[in-house]
Amino acid sequence: MLDILGRVFGREEAPSKEIAKERLRLVLVHDRATVSPQFLELIKEEVIGVITNYMDIDEEGVEVSIHNMERSVALVANIPIRRMKRAVKAV
Amino acid sequence: MGEAIVITSGKGGVGKTTTTANLGTALALMERRVVLVDADIGLRNLDVVMGLENRIVYDLVDVTSGVCRLKQALIKDKRFNENLFLLPAAQTKDKTAVTPEQMKALTGELKAEYDYVLVDCPAGIEQGFRNAIAGADRAIVVTTPEVSAVRDADRIIGLLEASEMPEVQLLINRIRPSMVKRGDMMDIDDIIDILAIDLIGVVPEDDKIVVSTNRGEPTVLDANSRAGQAFRNIARRITGEQVPLMPLEAEHGFMERVKQLFGFGR
Repeated sequence: MLDILGRVFGREEAPSKEIAKERLRLVLVHDRATVSPQFLELIKEEVIGVITNYMDIDEEGVEVSIHNMERSVALVANIPIRRMKRAVKAV
Repeated sequence: MGEAIVITSGKGGVGKTTTTANLGTALALMERRVVLVDADIGLRNLDVVMGLENRIVYDLVDVTSGVCRLKQALIKDKRFNENLFLLPAAQTKDKTAVTPEQMKALTGELKAEYDYVLVDCPAGIEQGFRNAIAGADRAIVVTTPEVSAVRDADRIIGLLEASEMPEVQLLINRIRPSMVKRGDMMDIDDIIDILAIDLIGVVPEDDKIVVSTNRGEPTVLDANSRAGQAFRNIARRITGEQVPLMPLEAEHGFMERVKQLFGFGR
């Protein structure tokens, strides 16, 4: 009902607090991730641990980083595979 | 043994000094023995907000550097019996004049004597901040419902957690109910959701803060001020009392008046 009234009276934009919340959400993901450089190193070590159960990877070449994009923030991991382990089958 | 509480925020201008003055005064009115410590060395302000600027003889740096004894530097606020004292910041030194170890020793000494030691922290995350939090048992992070203030509060909360502050609570200051209502200001839940931290209270924007600061009389002394009422509630929560959040907008209905009469509205 309020929405309809809002449109009738020419208020079509989202309330500005929604914009504030969305911008804060994005900026804080980045702020929090960059607070400690050890944080990414920790993730990297754990990721290597999990992946090596399934495939043979080049541990030296693993890169984990936080990428800031227009409307989202992503954790990007680049994991070079040396070879697949034969014993592991897709279930 | 008393408790040392640091009032901090990261961003400047969100109301740390006003909060320190009002919570200290409210606790003193509750017959607790309180000392306010202005840790903003070089930019002292708590003295003028309290209206005690003409009574300063010695300051915090005089104490830590041994120029005077702690007792000599404490200014007694004569309005509150023997309950409220101020340790002013030095105005002519800078933040490096004090070390975290000295602040820890100082707050320890004050805690032995007083129920509450409220430390007014400078803005920023540098040495002044590290000094102010050094001896604290508990932190109140002040923010306003603005993107910049909330972002800085998040950073401060991270730093407080990293320094293993035992208790960290949020105070949302200067909220404007009419703007919240029309969706143009983040409300309490939005901010709590983002910062994921306990709330100690919410203080509405109130013109009376400016008037009382002009006069050097904390707003908690004004029975009709909404902000003063909110600060009195927060002081009660500090002492461990359970006090419900007051409604954001002033209500003048019959039930509300009855509730206030019985003390629920305060």
